[in-house]
Amino acid sequence: MSQPFRLPSGGRIDRKRPLSVSFNGKRLEGFAGDTVASMLLASGQHLAGRSFKYHRPRGILSHGSDEPSALLSVDWRADRGPGYRDPNNRASVVEARDSLVVKTQNHWPSLETDIGAVNDLLSPVFVAGFYYKTFMWPRTFWDKVYEPVIRRAAGLGEAPEVKDADRYSNRHAHCDVLVVGAGPAGLAAALAASADGEKRVILADEGLEPGGALLNDVTSKIDGKPAMDWVAESVSTLDARENVVILPRTTAFGYYNHNHVCMVEKVSDHRADAPEGLARERLWQVRAGEVVLATGSHERPLVFENNDRPGIMLAESVRAFVNRWAVLPGNEIVVATSSASAYQTALDAKNAGARVSIVDIRLEADCGPELQTAKDAGITVRSGHTVIRALGKKRVSGLVVAPIDPDGAIGEKQTLACDCVAMSGGWTPSVHLFSQSRGKLRFDVELDAFVPGTSAQAERSAGACRGIYDLAAVIADGLAAGRSATGATDTAAGSTPQATASFTGFQPVRVLPTDADASKVKAFVDFQNDVTAKDIRLAVREGFESIEHVKRYTTTGMATDQGKTSNMNALGLVAGILDRPLPAVGTTTFRPPYTPVSFGALIGPARDELFDPVRKTPIDGWAEKNGAVFEPVALWRRAKYFPQAGEDMHGAVARETKAVRNAVGIFDASTLGKIEVVGPDAAEFMNRIYTNAWLKLKVGGCRYGLMLREDGFVYDDGVVARLAEDRFHVTTTTGGAPRVLRHMEDYLQTEWPDLDVFLTSITEQWAVIALQGPKARKVLEPFVSGIDLSEEAFPHMTVQSGFVCGVPCRLFRVSFTGELGFEVNVPADYGEAVWKALYEEGGKHGITAYGTEAMHVLRAEVGYVVVGQETDGTVTPDDLGLSGLVSKVKADFVGKRSLARPDMVAEGRRQLVGLLTKNPDEVIDEGAQVVDDPHRPIPMRMIGHVTSSYASSNCGRSIAMALIEGGRGRIGETVHVTTPGGFTEAVISKAAFYEVKGETADA
Amino acid sequence: MLLIDCPYCGKRPEVEFHCGGEAHIARPETPAEIADADWGSFLYYRTNPKGVHAERWLHGHGCGRWFNALRDTVSDAFVATYEMGAPRPDVAPENAKA
Repeated sequence: MSQPFRLPSGGRIDRKRPLSVSFNGKRLEGFAGDTVASMLLASGQHLAGRSFKYHRPRGILSHGSDEPSALLSVDWRADRGPGYRDPNNRASVVEARDSLVVKTQNHWPSLETDIGAVNDLLSPVFVAGFYYKTFMWPRTFWDKVYEPVIRRAAGLGEAPEVKDADRYSNRHAHCDVLVVGAGPAGLAAALAASADGEKRVILADEGLEPGGALLNDVTSKIDGKPAMDWVAESVSTLDARENVVILPRTTAFGYYNHNHVCMVEKVSDHRADAPEGLARERLWQVRAGEVVLATGSHERPLVFENNDRPGIMLAESVRAFVNRWAVLPGNEIVVATSSASAYQTALDAKNAGARVSIVDIRLEADCGPELQTAKDAGITVRSGHTVIRALGKKRVSGLVVAPIDPDGAIGEKQTLACDCVAMSGGWTPSVHLFSQSRGKLRFDVELDAFVPGTSAQAERSAGACRGIYDLAAVIADGLAAGRSATGATDTAAGSTPQATASFTGFQPVRVLPTDADASKVKAFVDFQNDVTAKDIRLAVREGFESIEHVKRYTTTGMATDQGKTSNMNALGLVAGILDRPLPAVGTTTFRPPYTPVSFGALIGPARDELFDPVRKTPIDGWAEKNGAVFEPVALWRRAKYFPQAGEDMHGAVARETKAVRNAVGIFDASTLGKIEVVGPDAAEFMNRIYTNAWLKLKVGGCRYGLMLREDGFVYDDGVVARLAEDRFHVTTTTGGAPRVLRHMEDYLQTEWPDLDVFLTSITEQWAVIALQGPKARKVLEPFVSGIDLSEEAFPHMTVQSGFVCGVPCRLFRVSFTGELGFEVNVPADYGEAVWKALYEEGGKHGITAYGTEAMHVLRAEVGYVVVGQETDGTVTPDDLGLSGLVSKVKADFVGKRSLARPDMVAEGRRQLVGLLTKNPDEVIDEGAQVVDDPHRPIPMRMIGHVTSSYASSNCGRSIAMALIEGGRGRIGETVHVTTPGGFTEAVISKAAFYEVKGETADA
Repeated sequence: MLLIDCPYCGKRPEVEFHCGGEAHIARPETPAEIADADWGSFLYYRTNPKGVHAERWLHGHGCGRWFNALRDTVSDAFVATYEMGAPRPDVAPENAKA
């Protein structure tokens, strides 16, 4: 496509660097410095998409990040394969470069011919609250009809179907002053803030070059020179200062606590020559001492019938396309306005060769100097006129206007032929970031806008984002803000540049007066979510008066543009209908992000294996080679079982558990939490933290320790060995290790700082290999030096230090299976070698590697509890039948007092028991509820729940544990357990199911 | 994200810390002598002020030390941080700006 609407000269484009972009398969031509929007307009293409709900043809409304309509699917690197496309890019901020592939969205079969446009004819059906009203009935339709249809229709672009192939980086930064926005106010603020050469200043702007609104301005002068000269000088001054960092293409999207501002920088989307591997975007997390917000303002559209026709644009945007991109959006332009600023658009467009007239809602008497300037330039101005409607469908072809009589009646209508309308309903300060910072907004009647009121953080706003629109005043305000951000008290010091007076002031209009039937007219307030003035009127009529409710009911302001162009029109409309002052209606809450941010930028490099790193034990490699099936346990991956050829989990676990009881099993217990408690007061500390008594535990002895929270409920458990008078080796559950250490540190540091104790996590320092079963000693014997393994020298629940395979070792005689057992602790680096040696030797004795599933079955067979499985934070030691572990002698320990509270000793608490199903092959569900009579009316009283349940090959039947009210007194009774299909019967037993033969753990 | 001034390490981002609830609730010396209702209050009852609140914080991903802080629950501003065991500072409310 050629560029018939490109002006022969001017603009901030590089005519020596032509480029092309693929648009819906067609070639679109332009120059470096173009956006896709300016290229489309240069080619005469206004139609740029179909709307969300009604599939109405939509064009380009704006030239900036507030664009609601022209949303494109962009494949940034089509030449590199899939994974580089994303939807809903605003055409106005996509920088043009060679090899971009862009497509319009939300139409079928094509942009020009869209079947979905039938929705526009059906619009009487799609009223506000349509979803709430329509999909209520019949109930059965929801799953099969409504939801699938809604899901297909919902959303604008198509989500990417493959994962993002790009890289994203992130960076933390600190500065004394962060300036957001590099328009005249932001540049001035950065100049003032960095003037001392010391204060570290970051200046960030979402655009590709600094200047803000001055980029669109070819008439204003600053100190007698063109405004952009001042911008260039300011930028070069800032560039020369080593204490200043300027970040173009960087959007501050979130303002969080304590001046934490998140920004996203476009790094490579605009670069045709970007090397592969260069990050696409960079997330900046800035912690600023002070923040200056110079975020500018958004122009308000006018609300009249068919105000969404392609070719109807914001007035400032028309000016931007003419001046900055040297594109004439139309040959016949009507400027429809209630704002003085749009007169400059009229003047600039006329200068560029368009035929221009002005329709002003204001009366002549209400206008400023702009009126005479326009008249002097020979532009026809129709003051005191309203716009009744726009004509044309895929492109505006005319505007029906009429004078408003002094009594408010609509006068004689007149049609103005045109191919472009530049509209302005005034300006809305961009207070998004201020509001995100939790600052309080204040409504300014003069400005008809919410402006920053009371700050909540160390920030200040400058320029248009606080309602200052005159160029000289904006610069002065920016300088003052910059100085105040450095802590200067005399913020007015220094000279302020002179600048051309700007056309400022506007008359607020909500919906333009019309004599058409308001209930039939489609006058859009929110372009992206297709919300019309009529929808908002309906919502108010139906009783929604708070703007927060109106917003949710109509969805106005809830699209990805966050209502930048629509919020004030919606608010004003609601206030007008309710006849309340606008602040009484309230304003909606601004939330991050200011503009859409890619997930890639947010997560940066934290994806795939770096998102959730897997903790592996030293023996993980062996397990993987030997066919283990793994499961995640806390952050670890653990071998769940080791299936042999043709085995399922059930078969593997049956074989593994039998091997442990009949020969010997080997198990990787390295994930056990391990904490070393050291110091002169170590035993006293243990005494206070655990329920058991520790002072008398001999060196070399082990004890099963039970730990409570202060509220008396079981917190963790594990075997503890006393290695020396002042040294304990504590083990915790796998998942409990971090919190147990924290719990201990908490008491040590905050309650008992007098105790001389050190706590050290040694979980990762020791690999733990459990040998369990009658032949465990035989496997271990050949490798041990310095330790006598005999029963007499090394009884159950003792620990010895020595060597295994020549490696220093802490050898525990402990068992979590009821069988004879050892836990071999060796330094982690030797774990795999020792494991292999033991496994090889064990081959003579029928050694079998077993996983966590078999471990669980084995411990349940002998009735050992697992904290977190049998307990849920509301279980006491006595509930578990472990009151024997609770010292009656100690005056105090954590949780002791709570165990005496009335509810903790009350009758009828749930107690741990066994459950044997009547059908021995039936394995009930863990978590299943237990009732005593399934025929009671629902809701039925539940008397307990199943905590563990397995098929046990050693017992020849299923076994289960459950917490049941008064359970220990009900052994032998039959109860009913819920199943997916109903109930099954089970008999209460004691919570131990297997009698260990031969040399037992407790021998 | 909050910026928290660890008394031992200086200012660090919130992700390094863990909040441990209200500060200055000492564990009774002789719990056995405490009445059930009073023990229940010790365990479960906490103040929930609008304004300055004394809290325990743990610099878990840093020095590993517990300390106390005064935080304004309205503005999230940290008015003061101080070592465990030190008395609650008497801070004028105008310092409560972030």
